[in-house]
Amino acid sequence: MTTILTPALTAYWDQPDSFTLAGYQRDGGYRALPKALAMTPVQVIGTVKDSVLRGRGGAGFPTGVKWGFIPQGDGKPHYLVVNADESEPGACKDMPTMLNNPHALIEGTVIASYAIQANTAFIYVRGEVLHVIRRLQYAVAQAREAGFVGRDILGSGFDLDIIVHTGAGAYICGEETALLDSLEGKRGQPRLKPPFPATAGVYGSPSNVNNVESIASVPWIIQHGASDFASLGTEKSKGFGIFSLSGHVTTPGQYEAPLGTTLRELLGLAGGIRAGHRLKFWSPGGSSASLFTDEHLDVPLDYEAVAAAGSMLGTRSIQLFDETTCVVRVVLRWIEFYQHESCGKCTPCREGSYWVVQLLQALERGEGSEADLDKLLDICTNITGRAFCVLGDSIEPSVRSSIRFFRDEYLEHQRHGGCPFDPAASTLFTLESAR
Amino acid sequence: MAPLDELRSRLGQDAAQIIGRYPRPRSALMPLLHLVQADEGQITADGIAFCAEQLGLTEAEVTAVASFYTMFKRRPVGEYHVGVCTNSLCAVMGGDAIFADLREHLGIGNDETTPDGKVSLEHLECNAACDYAPVVMVNWEFFDNMTPRSARDLVDALRTGADVVPTRGAPRLCTWKQASRILAGFPDGQAAGGHTAGDPSLAGLRKAKEQGWTPDAPASRNGGQQR
Repeated sequence: MTTILTPALTAYWDQPDSFTLAGYQRDGGYRALPKALAMTPVQVIGTVKDSVLRGRGGAGFPTGVKWGFIPQGDGKPHYLVVNADESEPGACKDMPTMLNNPHALIEGTVIASYAIQANTAFIYVRGEVLHVIRRLQYAVAQAREAGFVGRDILGSGFDLDIIVHTGAGAYICGEETALLDSLEGKRGQPRLKPPFPATAGVYGSPSNVNNVESIASVPWIIQHGASDFASLGTEKSKGFGIFSLSGHVTTPGQYEAPLGTTLRELLGLAGGIRAGHRLKFWSPGGSSASLFTDEHLDVPLDYEAVAAAGSMLGTRSIQLFDETTCVVRVVLRWIEFYQHESCGKCTPCREGSYWVVQLLQALERGEGSEADLDKLLDICTNITGRAFCVLGDSIEPSVRSSIRFFRDEYLEHQRHGGCPFDPAASTLFTLESAR
Repeated sequence: MAPLDELRSRLGQDAAQIIGRYPRPRSALMPLLHLVQADEGQITADGIAFCAEQLGLTEAEVTAVASFYTMFKRRPVGEYHVGVCTNSLCAVMGGDAIFADLREHLGIGNDETTPDGKVSLEHLECNAACDYAPVVMVNWEFFDNMTPRSARDLVDALRTGADVVPTRGAPRLCTWKQASRILAGFPDGQAAGGHTAGDPSLAGLRKAKEQGWTPDAPASRNGGQQR
């Protein structure tokens, strides 16, 4: 049978000490670092470019190219910032990575910092994950003690300090420039681009902001070679990535596979949709992506094919819902989330999210009309592309795609005088036995 | 001593250590707010004044930041702050039922605390554990795959002081203030403890091991996944 799964970052999570320095080293860890330090920074960047690793935080921008934007030898301090603010509804890959394999992130952070000649790296981790933060603090301390972080790392002359910085509950800080403002001790609001962080990032200095999984993949690439990584995946979406399956699936969880794997293949391994039910709709990339249905089971889950099919690969956060689920309820909660998390800086997002929520709430109560659907789409059109950052742009896809696929379900609420679904039917427990 | 003087004497050294971590002092503001919260349980006016004087900011500047982030509380929360994820996926899987049940059981609403000061309740946005839905957090530790009954048993145990262990977290559950101190960057020595790789975290790995699949298996190299 063809290989479907390719555990690399997840390969040792079943070892009880996988999060320790000793466990990581036993399983091959910290062997990429001396290799990288023996190369020039430009050679390291070249290797990552050759691997065609693309940003695993959702945008899919080539990581090596991004590193190449940092001016080498300009005499300014440089900074690496690891975006560990994973908060997109559906995204749940970086947290288990940091819980179970934090040293892959630390080793990647040292290599990436060396490549862009940064002597300070920040790991900006969301605050609502106490044990993840403990594990990061512990891993950095262990790496420092072992000489992998600090002064003159492995005798290379390269110095690096890693600071674990804890957020305080704001989804917007996953947006890279809002993250930078937050890191500077301000409200987390996005900055106008350009200038991009590579020119003016932390404290106005050249900076790279990279996702946890992107950075944690770097040691594997250095260790095994760019061509091994690039041999996996599809033509333009190379390598492996973690696919997170959640919702009405028999075996939810983390499945690390080459990009381009299909949901049909993943569901085959995950035991399919929960017994006695069928797939109604799913998101391939969290709450910001357009919904897919069972028509899309064979779409290769890579950046190009998912976009061509009308959605977005994003963070491979696959949320699955069966026929017991009301699509209006799901979409409303997502947009309530965007309304709550809108930073308020720009009008289209701040006001637009509010009005979309008002209309969706009325529709859910059965007080909406068909004209409201058109109004919803019109408001969405006026948010997308007009907001200051991508948070605003994230409002439209689920609204528009849900109306495209389930227009009649919206109207059924009006005919029924409220939601026609029984919320108890979609829970994972039967309410009587669980009470 | 005035409350601000007391804060200074209690937290001055820790604050200096936090500020010393950063290339520029203002970056220390969020950890300083976590530190103040670790001491007072919330962000008080004195706490804001303390942060402001530590960093040479105005109180308005500190307030602007403190009020932006939902984890900084402007009123007291319980010794155990219970969060129920009610974002779409958890809500559908049972989070809505759990939240409704807990409100009724505790007799408090969203953002409220029980009269004994033990438990406060808040509905949360996605906490990045969707494969363990429905998810409940207590002082930011994961309680996975919850039901209304297990959630009710959990808060009962918290109120009576019985032993409570997170599903994926430290072996000993911290209080709200202790947790805030870790967020400020002062570890409590529990990092190495606790079981963190539950079934969903290992689902793909187990399947791959059954089949002998690895990233460098030749089958995946020679076209198997190339499309």
